[in-house]
Amino acid sequence: MANRRTALALSLALPTALTLLWFLATSIGGVKSYQFASPADVTRELGTLASNGLLWRHLAASIERVLLGFGFSLALAIAIATVVGLSRPAEAALEPTLQMVRSIPSLAWVPLLLLWLGIGENAKVTLIAIGAFFPIYVNLVSGIRNVDRKLVEVGQVLGLGYLDLARRIILPAALPSLLVGARIGLTQAWLFLVAAELLASTRGLGFMLSEGQQIARTDEIITAIVLLALCGKLSESIMRWIEARLLHWTDGLPA
Amino acid sequence: MRHAIEIEGLSKHYGPRAVLERFELFVEPGETLAILGASGCGKSTLLRCIAGLVRPDAGTIAVRDELGFVFQEPRLLPWLTVERNVAFAARSDVERARVKDVLELVGLTPAAHLLPKQLSGGMAQRAAFARTLVRNPKILLLDEPLSALDALLRLELQTSLAQIVRETGSTAVLVTHDVQEALYLADRIVVLDGAPARGVLELEVPLPLRRSRTADLTDERIALLSALGIEGRVAKRSHRGLRVVAP
Repeated sequence: MANRRTALALSLALPTALTLLWFLATSIGGVKSYQFASPADVTRELGTLASNGLLWRHLAASIERVLLGFGFSLALAIAIATVVGLSRPAEAALEPTLQMVRSIPSLAWVPLLLLWLGIGENAKVTLIAIGAFFPIYVNLVSGIRNVDRKLVEVGQVLGLGYLDLARRIILPAALPSLLVGARIGLTQAWLFLVAAELLASTRGLGFMLSEGQQIARTDEIITAIVLLALCGKLSESIMRWIEARLLHWTDGLPA
Repeated sequence: MRHAIEIEGLSKHYGPRAVLERFELFVEPGETLAILGASGCGKSTLLRCIAGLVRPDAGTIAVRDELGFVFQEPRLLPWLTVERNVAFAARSDVERARVKDVLELVGLTPAAHLLPKQLSGGMAQRAAFARTLVRNPKILLLDEPLSALDALLRLELQTSLAQIVRETGSTAVLVTHDVQEALYLADRIVVLDGAPARGVLELEVPLPLRRSRTADLTDERIALLSALGIEGRVAKRSHRGLRVVAP
């Protein structure tokens, strides 16, 4: 892109057009507010939520669950993927089972989680962690597997032991794959957050969605959707920022 | 042990293909030995066996001193600066203290803080030399270290390499397919044919002639080219130390 300002303007064009269309449809287009709330309704709802403190309560609950679930799955996926990626026996022992578990649609765990952990925070965080785990795990294992053999040979001619090879060459070289996995994992975490909160919760953006449905308030539903979109975009931007910071050494095209 | 490297009865097969078959080679301390051969003759496998990157099927390899290995490509770790790539090979404070010296020796002091992606091909290969030299190895194994560079840069780095070998007093084994490079850098040249690799010519490059780009090395060149099967004439004359060990 020749110019940052042009890029920004272009990226804002479609959202602006859609908002305008939304405004026209709900004002002169004849769409009723019980069918689809107008931009003004949503803005008013946002203002109300912000002033009575509910906005922060819902946002904070959701963000906390996503961060906890994503954090657990990130730590666990790095640990297991490192072992599986580096050790053939560990791969033989763990990989078939993990592949089978991975093929289970993650939402199938919901009834079991509710039975085991109740409808509290633990069940939600666990579900989010399950959803975020596999993208991180799969990407890191393949990253470790595909580390350039030529770099590993550099360590071998220097006489590095296996642990040093892993720590000083293989894992740093697999970092780009880990970050790709983490970015997908974080997106999954938001997806499973909504699933968890729709099922059973008293706070959070998913709760706003289900409450809005039960009391037929489309303004509340659309507000929650807009907030989810903003949260998703924000977490994506943060991940990209982290990638740019950690991967400044890669020789690819600038993002 | 008299030799810097002694190789006896070395065999290596890849499936049914014998790359090395009861191969024998002795490297004198302090000499620069060039191993010249067409690609696929087994010369790289030989070097990788010495370095321990390839496990031979049979035979013995005795190495008297610490080895340093330079690959055809720089193979720098892309996430480390030049200085840290060189320090990567250091095992002790003494070796870490040498980082600045070896960067100076290869002429990369101004580039110490650059990342590999910011280097030209010649700079990257100089950094690879520095990484190998930081341990002060007494034996250098050089696996076509200049063949990925363009012609002018290759001449320039040949000069640097000759200087490095001279200043460090190393024994060097240079694998190459470049006749001019072998004649310029080596005290002794062994031409391999294969696979399996076998020596077809052994040539000593006399002292007043090597390390000179203008010396008349026509006889040597013809001998090497004919041993490589490129020039039809077989060098029979044995003069100026030119010694044909096999037809």
